[in-house]
Amino acid sequence: MSETGFPAPGSVPGFGGQANWRPNFAEPAIEVAGLSAGYGGEVVLRDVSFTVGRSEIFFIIGGSGCGKSTLLRNLVGLNVPMSGTVSFLGRPFSQADAASRRAMLKTFGMLFQSGALWSSLSLRENVALPLEEYTTLSRREINEIATLKLGQVGLAGFEDYFPAEISGGMKKRAGLARALALDPEIVFFDEPSAGLDPVTSRKLDELILQIRDNFGTTIVVVSHELASIFALADRVIMLDRTEQGIIATGTPHDLARNSPDPRVVEFLRRSDGHKRS
Amino acid sequence: MPGRQETGEAQATALEREGGLELVLAGVWQITAPRPSWTQVLGDRKPARVRPQVDEVGKWDTSLLLFLFEVQEWCRRTGATWDSAALPERIAVLLQQFVKAHEKSEPHDRSDSFLTSVGRTTIDTWVRARSASTFLGESVIGLVKLLRAPRRFRWRDCLHEMQLCGAMALPIVSLISFLVGLIMAYQAAVQLRQFGADIYVADLVGLSVVREMGPLMAAIILAGRTGAAFAATLANMKANDEVDALESLGISPVQFLVLPRLIALAVMMPLLALYSNGVGILGGMAVAAGVLEIPPSAYWIETQSIVDLSDVNSGLLKSVAFGVLIGLSGCLRGLQAERSAAGVGQAATSAVVTGILLIIVADALFAVVFNILGW
Repeated sequence: MSETGFPAPGSVPGFGGQANWRPNFAEPAIEVAGLSAGYGGEVVLRDVSFTVGRSEIFFIIGGSGCGKSTLLRNLVGLNVPMSGTVSFLGRPFSQADAASRRAMLKTFGMLFQSGALWSSLSLRENVALPLEEYTTLSRREINEIATLKLGQVGLAGFEDYFPAEISGGMKKRAGLARALALDPEIVFFDEPSAGLDPVTSRKLDELILQIRDNFGTTIVVVSHELASIFALADRVIMLDRTEQGIIATGTPHDLARNSPDPRVVEFLRRSDGHKRS
Repeated sequence: MPGRQETGEAQATALEREGGLELVLAGVWQITAPRPSWTQVLGDRKPARVRPQVDEVGKWDTSLLLFLFEVQEWCRRTGATWDSAALPERIAVLLQQFVKAHEKSEPHDRSDSFLTSVGRTTIDTWVRARSASTFLGESVIGLVKLLRAPRRFRWRDCLHEMQLCGAMALPIVSLISFLVGLIMAYQAAVQLRQFGADIYVADLVGLSVVREMGPLMAAIILAGRTGAAFAATLANMKANDEVDALESLGISPVQFLVLPRLIALAVMMPLLALYSNGVGILGGMAVAAGVLEIPPSAYWIETQSIVDLSDVNSGLLKSVAFGVLIGLSGCLRGLQAERSAAGVGQAATSAVVTGILLIIVADALFAVVFNILGW
């Protein structure tokens, strides 16, 4: 284990690097078509369309208030889109009936900005809950999986701690362990670096990369952390508040160098990561 | 020429020069200290040009900018020339920011016309009613699922809630029920003693406690104690995205959070009501023994003679309904709460008010129904 409590790459069971997946960004994992979203009749995003490839690390970026989190909430079904469709792995999600949606929900995990751990449950119970809901595993097996998942995110030994007893960074990692409990095909991250110190933030980035590299998981990250964007993103879309939609799509380095849109360049060039690259 | 004044009050002196006023500012200008008034400095003069000069100003902050802005605005209104050439660049830049902010500032009018207010209220009421009926429907569906697959229910959470809303409420239920029994006995004693009917205190206290006051007092205590706690807990969970985390996993918040609480209250409420009945009768007995000199055994025999099982049952039936209503209102308000600290407080308050209101309405309905049924 490293000094920050995170496991060293490849040192944890389940992160052993038996990569039997092949990246195939051309095969869509998520398809969003003509999505409009907002709150109480007020439109925040209008006619947004994009596709996320399988095993792709896809960032949704943009300034504060541009609708990143709104888009994410509509993707995972926490909000109902005003119009448009969302499909996962070729199956329609936003207009699916309750049973189909529930079946699809177990194919993806989500890490909330605050971790959103259930405060009355221990870390082990937090990770175990999705397994209790969706599997017929025995209590002993569920506990073993929960211990493994917590170990994968560097929280071995903290299984019986409650969320109030651990730090913000640990909460995020525990939230990630919970999001990974059902070995999802798609994982969503809402501002994973928010509120973390730079070292912990970088380690979390490494963990995200490991998840994709080891399991071929499709990863969607909402963030405005430029260091993370340049370190992780295969592709980004940039949202803009006044345009109420996407103003740029591409790799972060490409956009930073070649985008004709000054808003995109200004956003991405405020990065030390870009200067170094 | 005098230099900077690092101490002393803020001063502004208007010196008449050819073509206008030279406004000499001096001293320390701080927002926490008084500053000169431009109208007093100006007096009756109507200069064509004002030239501020700040060489003698020591420490300064927004206070100085505020004064200069006031003078500049006066110049703009009266058509006088504002000559800022003598101002240091730093002050000129900040003053410019001040002017720009003032120009851009627009009061956000939140007042609505009568029709808009009516419309908003109607929509809000409709949304709330729909959300309440959805919540009720989900609770019923959850209950059916529970009956179909009781092993999947979170009994441990339910037992924990039972302990919180039942066992932990015993001290306050004891105190209030005892005092209510005591008060009722005192009130009855004063009247009944005049007719030598002291022993009927037991009848009055026994019947009213068992049929009405026991369940009602326990319900009101639980509405304030448990209903508010349910609402605050769920509202806080909502604010921390914990409810969203459940939904993102396809787990129904009603199934996971509401049902264990609802069942805990529905089970514990009649037990507390029963306990409240006993303690209330004890309160009456204490007054009878202490004030009316009626032996406790006589009091108990008289109570037994008037209170039968149907009285106890009707009270218990009501208390189950009260428990469900408190649980529903607490959980509903918690899940409807806004995602903020204020939202948590409002949810708790609203849960208590809704809970007590529903209890009283339900009690009135029970009174009518029991009367029709002759219970």
